[in-house]
Amino acid sequence: MSQQIVPVKTYVLVFASLIGLTLLTTGVAFVDMGPFNTVAALVIAFSKMLLVLLFFMHLRHSGGLVRIAVLAGFFWLALLIALTMSDYRTRTWTSAPAPWSVTAPPTHP
Amino acid sequence: MSDVHGDRAQAEHFGMAHQFEDLGQQQDVDTFGIWVFLVTEIMFFGGVFAAYAIFRWLYYAAFEGGSRILDVRLGAINTVVLLASSLTMALSVRSAQTGNRRALVLFLILTMILGGVFLGVKAVEYNQKFVERIVPRLDWGPEGEVLARLALGGLDHAQLYFFFYFAMTGLHALHMIIGMGLLLWLVLRARKGGFTPSYFAPVEVVGLYWHFVDIVWIFLFPLLYLIGGRY
Repeated sequence: MSQQIVPVKTYVLVFASLIGLTLLTTGVAFVDMGPFNTVAALVIAFSKMLLVLLFFMHLRHSGGLVRIAVLAGFFWLALLIALTMSDYRTRTWTSAPAPWSVTAPPTHP
Repeated sequence: MSDVHGDRAQAEHFGMAHQFEDLGQQQDVDTFGIWVFLVTEIMFFGGVFAAYAIFRWLYYAAFEGGSRILDVRLGAINTVVLLASSLTMALSVRSAQTGNRRALVLFLILTMILGGVFLGVKAVEYNQKFVERIVPRLDWGPEGEVLARLALGGLDHAQLYFFFYFAMTGLHALHMIIGMGLLLWLVLRARKGGFTPSYFAPVEVVGLYWHFVDIVWIFLFPLLYLIGGRY
């Protein structure tokens, strides 16, 4: 599977792109872009991850079994973050009082 | 399935376990095994990342303030160092594939040195946190300008940010230390000629682990150092 020998030049080019993206993400952080600072940082980090996965970790030459395992991992990670955030972000949508904020009900004689 | 054939006894001499048909099959299984392990690692770090996402959303100002206290120069230098170690690790695997023992040992040692530099810079940064007294629970009592900058988002929540800083970078550093131990084991084996172009699965497996730890840092650097903007 990973018997493919990748030329040194490819590795060096990937490394150079990774350094370029590191400089870019650091530089962009010093520019005020509002919420897009976060977007830019995450998009650049994601691109760097893809470069490492595909070239350094040989995913480009890997078989289907390995690719399915990796995709499953990221799918479950996406579920973890998306469902947790959707819980926290929608908790305030309903007006039901939180139990600990309610004063004790009057006791009936 | 496999591209490596040959005498069974010879293959076992080169490190093939008896349950496999040939070295190629063994290598496929080893590679799949480490990937499954890395998927569990994705979920392990994923839990911390999810918690970070929630609290950053809840206490945005405090996290922004904490992030701006960090030394972005040291963080960027460490990113470059770790990426370089990934390059030398990839070249180690390539040297194993081509059967160049000298280059294999050299690149493995280079990877270890770069890993050591990373941990050294990390130690300098940790020390800085003690000097600024922004180590949650252990030494918390920022003063002067640091205090003024952290107080903007609330001191308790700033302390939470530094909890995340130490938990995330600490877990990452622990993975690096384990990786350095694995690299040392590879160097010792490689020096004795333990790897050949038909048997180098341990180099490949440790390489995949090392690159994974690199990917974790690729996300930690922007999330911890850059995310609030540095302007």
